[in-house]
Amino acid sequence: MADRPVLTGTRRALGGFRPSGALAGVVPFFAYTTVFLLIPTIVVVVGAFVDGSGRPTLDNIAALGGSTSSFLPALQHSLVLSVVTAVTGAVIGAVLAYAVSTARPDGMLKRFVTALCGVLAQFGGVALAFAFMATFSLQGFLTVWLTNLGIDTGSSLWLYQWDKGLMLVYLYFQIPLMLIVFLPAVEGIKPQWREATETLGGTTWTYWRRVAGPILMPSFIGATLLLFTNAFSAYATAAALISQASPIVPLQIGGTFTSEVILGQENVGKAMAMAMVVVVALVMWLYAWLDKRASRWLVR
Amino acid sequence: MTATPSPAASARGTEVRLTDLTRVYAGSVRALDGFTLHMAPGEFVALLGPSGCGKTTALRLLAGLEDADGGTIEVGGKDVTSVPTNKRDMGMVFQAYSLFPHMTARQNVEFGLELRRQDKATRHQRAAEMLDLVGLSKQADRFAHQMSGGQQQRVALARALAIEPQVLLLDEPLSALDAKVRSQLRDEIRRIQLEVGTTTLFVTHDQEEALAVADRVGVMNAGRLEQLASPAELYKNPATPFVAEFVGLTNRLRCTVSGGVATVLGGSVPLLAGSAGDGPAVVLIRPEGVEISTAPAGSGSVAGASASVVSASFLGASGKIVARLDASAGGGGELVSVQVDNTDVTAYAPGDRVILSPRGDAALAVAVS
Ligand SMILES: Nc1ncnc2c1ncn2[C@@H]1O[C@H](COP(=O)(O)OP(=O)(O)O)[C@@H](O)[C@H]1O
Ligand SMILES: [Mg+2]
Repeated sequence: MADRPVLTGTRRALGGFRPSGALAGVVPFFAYTTVFLLIPTIVVVVGAFVDGSGRPTLDNIAALGGSTSSFLPALQHSLVLSVVTAVTGAVIGAVLAYAVSTARPDGMLKRFVTALCGVLAQFGGVALAFAFMATFSLQGFLTVWLTNLGIDTGSSLWLYQWDKGLMLVYLYFQIPLMLIVFLPAVEGIKPQWREATETLGGTTWTYWRRVAGPILMPSFIGATLLLFTNAFSAYATAAALISQASPIVPLQIGGTFTSEVILGQENVGKAMAMAMVVVVALVMWLYAWLDKRASRWLVR
Repeated sequence: MTATPSPAASARGTEVRLTDLTRVYAGSVRALDGFTLHMAPGEFVALLGPSGCGKTTALRLLAGLEDADGGTIEVGGKDVTSVPTNKRDMGMVFQAYSLFPHMTARQNVEFGLELRRQDKATRHQRAAEMLDLVGLSKQADRFAHQMSGGQQQRVALARALAIEPQVLLLDEPLSALDAKVRSQLRDEIRRIQLEVGTTTLFVTHDQEEALAVADRVGVMNAGRLEQLASPAELYKNPATPFVAEFVGLTNRLRCTVSGGVATVLGGSVPLLAGSAGDGPAVVLIRPEGVEISTAPAGSGSVAGASASVVSASFLGASGKIVARLDASAGGGGELVSVQVDNTDVTAYAPGDRVILSPRGDAALAVAVS
């Protein structure tokens, strides 16, 4: 048997030159990326550096950082919102995934939960915002019910704030998404690993700290980063829930496209979009770096 | 360097006594039902039996991975029935996929030593010895997915032995491997066990495997031990019809028992203890307990039962002839397997007329109901 690790050899081959015939199959993929990813990115990046009449300028970028600009606070809100809902969603979702994985594999519970989460993870946007308003707003059924019971729920303004209501609403799709993407990793855990740990003298704590934890960590971090970008770029849910202001970046970008106040404002929107692309690219880079470290032992 | 097992392990293994163990699973499956097994220090015992007879359950009870509903487990004279797994000092090798995938072979082997707080230098040296013992020194830095199934099982064996366990437990460790690797690794497990001297319990459903490696083989049926004996003893003197049929190929032939002797194939066979009493019975005769010869031309009568050859196969070291007994007043029509020397296989072709007779080896007879 060759002494070189099998996986490294494969990776080299994939990264190296391939005869052109082999490329024919990936043409649709390239067409797809070009139309839906590459061209929009170029439009955004170019637009960020030209003014209303197409002349090159740095004004759009400068406008983002200006003292009157609301972009930096919005970016901060977006980052906090995404980090908090990603981490919270990841932790709760991971615990739920573990609970589901311990259920009987062919049982009703597991099928029900995974199907439900499949729906909930996609249940964003207007429908979700509406469901929350119908529940928690001043006229919402939970509020009305509690009021009838004599419990004062106070103002329902919290529902429309980015760091309260919006966070809660985001968790509503973040947790199910985590459960779905993390479940395969949890189910890949072999019962023999725990039993081997025990026979070798380890405790349950040893098992989680030395075996299951390290094995699950790359998947957990990858899934958390996915949740982060999911929250960071979400638009519809926030737009439906918050109509008075634009506390987060996607809403600000949306605002620049609908406002007719200043000509060239659209390109400031493109500058904001570019900033978002930069953040997402950073996250992807982080992910790739972590993935490379883990792939020394991961089998794909 | 060659592995030097610790004197404690090689000089004397640990004695194991499983007494009257019972394990009932939900749904009232009696996986173990009064299971008793006594293993001498350093002994290699194979548990053999059909799937579902409780072999794995017995092993897991000894490891502490499963709790007994009744009975006691003693290891080295101490009652460990309620001692948790991680305090029992058992080395366990599973069927497959038990290596920690995020650790190299060396790290896997060192893991148990780390949990025992041995210092780095000791760990390194011990892991190197163990990997050398299983012939994998060169693969020390590989991850599980970079090794073949056989190599992974060797690492699992090294990992189990590294902690100098009281008992080594193997649950069908070879059944996920292909035939050639399987017999190679089987012999190697035996060699290593003799070298380290650890008391070993080896579970398998493959009789050839069990007979080849073990000092004694325990045949299990429905949660109980039917017979515990050396491979030769088990084969020659099966204690029950179940053992006779499960171990080795067996012909079931109708016979008449009278005074401890069965009359069959025109000859007589002495019967083993535990056989049926006088009357009609079925005798269990091994293929090597039957003699075959070409029927003489004409109608000259020879002692034996006449039959015609159905198939003749060359099996390498030996050969096998299958013949169908002629229909007669007593029934007939049964197929009989006969073992012959490999050089004799070509003497018989399908359709040939032959005479079968018993060689006279002792056999077991079961009453027909
Ligand atoms: N965890 C369990 N729950 C319920 N029944 C079990 C469980 N484990 C084993 N059994 C049952 O106990 C019996 C013995 O199983 P096992 O010891 O695994 O047999 P073997 O290893 O000889 O194939 C089988 O009937 C099996 O179905
Ligand atoms: Mg089993």
